[in-house]
Amino acid sequence: MEKLLLLGAEAIAQGAIDGGMSGVYAYPGTPSTEITEYVQHNKSAIDRKIHSQWSANEKTAMEAALGMSYAGKRSMVCMKHVGLNVASDAFINSAITGVNGGLIVTVADDPSMHSSQNEQDSRFFGKFAMMPILEPSNQQEAFDMAYEGFELSEKFKIPVLIRITTRLSHSRAGVERRETKNENRLTYPEDPIQFVLLPSNARKRYKGLLSIQSLLEQDSELSVYNTYFPGRDKSLGIIACGIAHNYLLENYPDRKCPYPILQISQYPLPFSKVERIVNECESVLVLEDGYPFVEEQLKGFLEVNSKIKGRLDGTIPRDGELNPDIVGKALGRQVKTGMKVPAIVKNRPPELCAGCGHRDIYNALNETMKEFGKQKVFSDIGCYTLGALPPWNAINSCVDMGASITMAKGAADAGVRPSVAVIGDSTFTHSGMTALLDCVYENTPVTVIISDNATTAMTGGQTSPATGRLEEICIGLGVKPEHVKVLTPLPKFHDEMVKVFREEMMYDGVSVIIPRRECIVQTVAKSKKEKSLKTEEVA
Amino acid sequence: MKSDIILSGVGGQGILSIAATIGMAAIENNLHLKQAEVHGMSQRGGAVQSHLRISEKEIASDLIPEGSADIIISVEPMESLRYLPWLKADGWLVTNTTPFVNIPDYPDMKELLSEIEKLPHHISLNADDLARQVKSPRSSNMVVLGAASPFLDIPYQSLENGIKKIFGKKGEKIVQLNIDALKVGREFAEKNKN
Repeated sequence: MEKLLLLGAEAIAQGAIDGGMSGVYAYPGTPSTEITEYVQHNKSAIDRKIHSQWSANEKTAMEAALGMSYAGKRSMVCMKHVGLNVASDAFINSAITGVNGGLIVTVADDPSMHSSQNEQDSRFFGKFAMMPILEPSNQQEAFDMAYEGFELSEKFKIPVLIRITTRLSHSRAGVERRETKNENRLTYPEDPIQFVLLPSNARKRYKGLLSIQSLLEQDSELSVYNTYFPGRDKSLGIIACGIAHNYLLENYPDRKCPYPILQISQYPLPFSKVERIVNECESVLVLEDGYPFVEEQLKGFLEVNSKIKGRLDGTIPRDGELNPDIVGKALGRQVKTGMKVPAIVKNRPPELCAGCGHRDIYNALNETMKEFGKQKVFSDIGCYTLGALPPWNAINSCVDMGASITMAKGAADAGVRPSVAVIGDSTFTHSGMTALLDCVYENTPVTVIISDNATTAMTGGQTSPATGRLEEICIGLGVKPEHVKVLTPLPKFHDEMVKVFREEMMYDGVSVIIPRRECIVQTVAKSKKEKSLKTEEVA
Repeated sequence: MKSDIILSGVGGQGILSIAATIGMAAIENNLHLKQAEVHGMSQRGGAVQSHLRISEKEIASDLIPEGSADIIISVEPMESLRYLPWLKADGWLVTNTTPFVNIPDYPDMKELLSEIEKLPHHISLNADDLARQVKSPRSSNMVVLGAASPFLDIPYQSLENGIKKIFGKKGEKIVQLNIDALKVGREFAEKNKN
């Protein structure tokens, strides 16, 4: 079969396309964005009209994917780890409704927080929902698990969680494709009230979910992804989950590890295989990228199992992603150390691009706030979060999608005047609209600045459902039209911006200011494209 | 055969095009490849790197262990030094000397170059100048790749073929500009390697 060079994220997309997927639903979020983008640009996915348009947020995406599954078709929903918090209501309940067509929930975790607010481990969510979890160790397994995941989901009539981490998502390797499967036909669930979680029915469904747990464990026990490799030296046994298995093997260039290894890439944990390695070996080292998920289960609250080593006993650092060196040290191997970084090398943090409209907004905002005092600006998730860094130091919060407006509301309720929120257009439609409605409901004095760059910029410029309808949305939610102001964030309009900011901050009610200018990265990309089209015409 | 390569630069400087070109060349030679990239926040003008591993044998880790990279290829001088902990003692450092200054405390260029000079095997070249000389001002990244090419276990022709595959969609002219840039970098390294 055809061999492709794919990112882990792309391998999942290709596996899902080849596995008979009819639709993918997602909101962009690093490191998960490339899954959906791959489907959007894949020729056969376009020909087959596989759904791939972005959703407003992870919850709407999860629900839409569940709806497609209801209709008997295979669907996937993708998000980053914190997106699963947003989708969690639908996610947890989808295990209780179960599925009709196969449903895969792909979540990309970000240990070491390369591009995130936390490093939560989605395997806990999978266990919480009592779903099977697949955790690929390489790009080929990423493809295979997406390809086979729909059937696993249909076999047990339950969604399947695929959990990856940044390293696999954003690393490329060769992947062999498999024969393309047909998409499912439209069929309705056999039981018309399968998806009706009224308490009376939910209790039945929940008992059903509980009753298949032993079957899920049995499937894990037999899974090719959970393999026991015997070893002659039983002073140590190693449980290596997902990508951690690669870091383990890297420490043995001839691939001959003397210790028994249990490789785990499917959960719930396979009981007898885990029991075997724990019984056979004097101590057991657990290698997992993320939280000590397996380690905690083995260790138990009273730590009766003191032979278990990992992140909890300090053998491996408690936070941050794994790498070959951390694993090597945990194994007691001689690890090479390279040269030191010369002292003259300085940090180079990310920054707002030259020519970015957010810069002009923060310049105007900082000047305005000189009159009103410090620490009154709540912000949100996006490029504009970089306004927290020098030279602006302009914002005082970044917690979760949409929290700028609601935190500004709470602070206003507590007496902060003015109470200011800075949020992006895409983040606003993701989770800011209900927050604004709360403000309108009580006419809370807040000044909401929606910095509209007409795209979802931080993740690479995906479309934003807010584009072209922000004023309508705000007025529709009940903001008075005379307090919805649109500005152009450019240096030449600096004074005007300061004036409008000041006026609206003085107003004792809800106001929304929309400084609007296209993301400079998008503007440059478009002009390059036009230029190259012209050159082609000339040629 | 095994090459562990660290690519470094500042977000937006084109290290992923270097990675893609080497990747294509590796595939043409039926080699295994793993390449870890950085996406997301750091791409906004922050420090970025990529671990690129090529081998005849299957590769385990997506990340290169410390002290074992064969070469650092950098499109920016200060960034070339940030990843020294990964370079093996006798490894090569190939870097552009044109600084990308977007921080207030960017170090003194003389001091920076003297740190690079301390390494036993290094090539430092003004890739931006060389790119302009061959009328390909936006291909300084390919000049740097050309300068690194004598130290990669990959036939030079395969890198050219890689460029054709990566830039083919953008037209014959863009392909040729990148090949010219690759060549001028190669020639510089051949003259200046010790």
